[in-house]
Amino acid sequence: MSSQSFALLYPYLLGLSALIFTLGVIGVLARRNALIIFMSVELMLNAANLAFVTFARQLNQLDGQVFVFFVMVVAAAEVAVGLALITTIFKTKKSTNVDDISAMRG
Amino acid sequence: MATDIILFVILAAIAIVSAIGMIVTRNAVHSALLLVVVMCALAIFFLGLGGPFIAMVQVAVYAGAIMVLFLFVVMLLGAERVGAQSGLKWQIPAALALGAALLVVSGLLLFSTQTTAAVEPQPAAGFETILPEACAEDVAEIQASGVVQGTPCLVGDSLFTTYLVPFEVVSILLLAAMVGAVVLTRRPREQGA
Repeated sequence: MSSQSFALLYPYLLGLSALIFTLGVIGVLARRNALIIFMSVELMLNAANLAFVTFARQLNQLDGQVFVFFVMVVAAAEVAVGLALITTIFKTKKSTNVDDISAMRG
Repeated sequence: MATDIILFVILAAIAIVSAIGMIVTRNAVHSALLLVVVMCALAIFFLGLGGPFIAMVQVAVYAGAIMVLFLFVVMLLGAERVGAQSGLKWQIPAALALGAALLVVSGLLLFSTQTTAAVEPQPAAGFETILPEACAEDVAEIQASGVVQGTPCLVGDSLFTTYLVPFEVVSILLLAAMVGAVVLTRRPREQGA
């Protein structure tokens, strides 16, 4: 792949990033399953990563890509804790529907 | 020039259709697999935008490790079948309306003249690494082409010099998350054991 690829497409890449982010937001707002909500959050993080890499390319700097690396690490930490929470809640509630998780005490 | 437009259109279509499928499908396993497709499409974008290291990390860590963790939990809980929507009737229309509003606002922001005018490409000529001999081939290539490439050597150099403190902080965050996940999922110990 040549180094000049996607050179004229930055606005469209940012638009794609915005669109994918919006789809993630809709997923969080519309779905009731905690796992799907979590995946939608991952979708939003990925859209933000695409914007980071596009801006890094546009500004001809490496810092945006390093930041994407940090976003991925934080996402991994978030997924580890979040999925542990979902499994723990599932043990007592037998459900991953966020509507069922309305009490403070199990 | 035409090939990258074709590539962009195909990849963007794959990513958008997979993302829509992910939030629409009623099977959690299908959702996870469609999310993997989105991530792989984005990895190819990263490759085209001069980030080979980030693209490989995206495939290995995101599409590989994180999504395997997701699939593992979905199948462990036996939550593949997502039940019918319950509760609020106006929830999906409200979500769509709010999403459309967000898209309009972000689109206005992106395509306003102010933001596009503020972006000025920096020359890659002054690109330096901590050791002059480190990544010599990558730096020579960047200076020849004038385009910064995020090769593993250069990203690593940046991580261990400019971003050393955030790197250490993030490593402690990962350790804390690992300990937290273990504490959250362990069985409660028997009394007196």
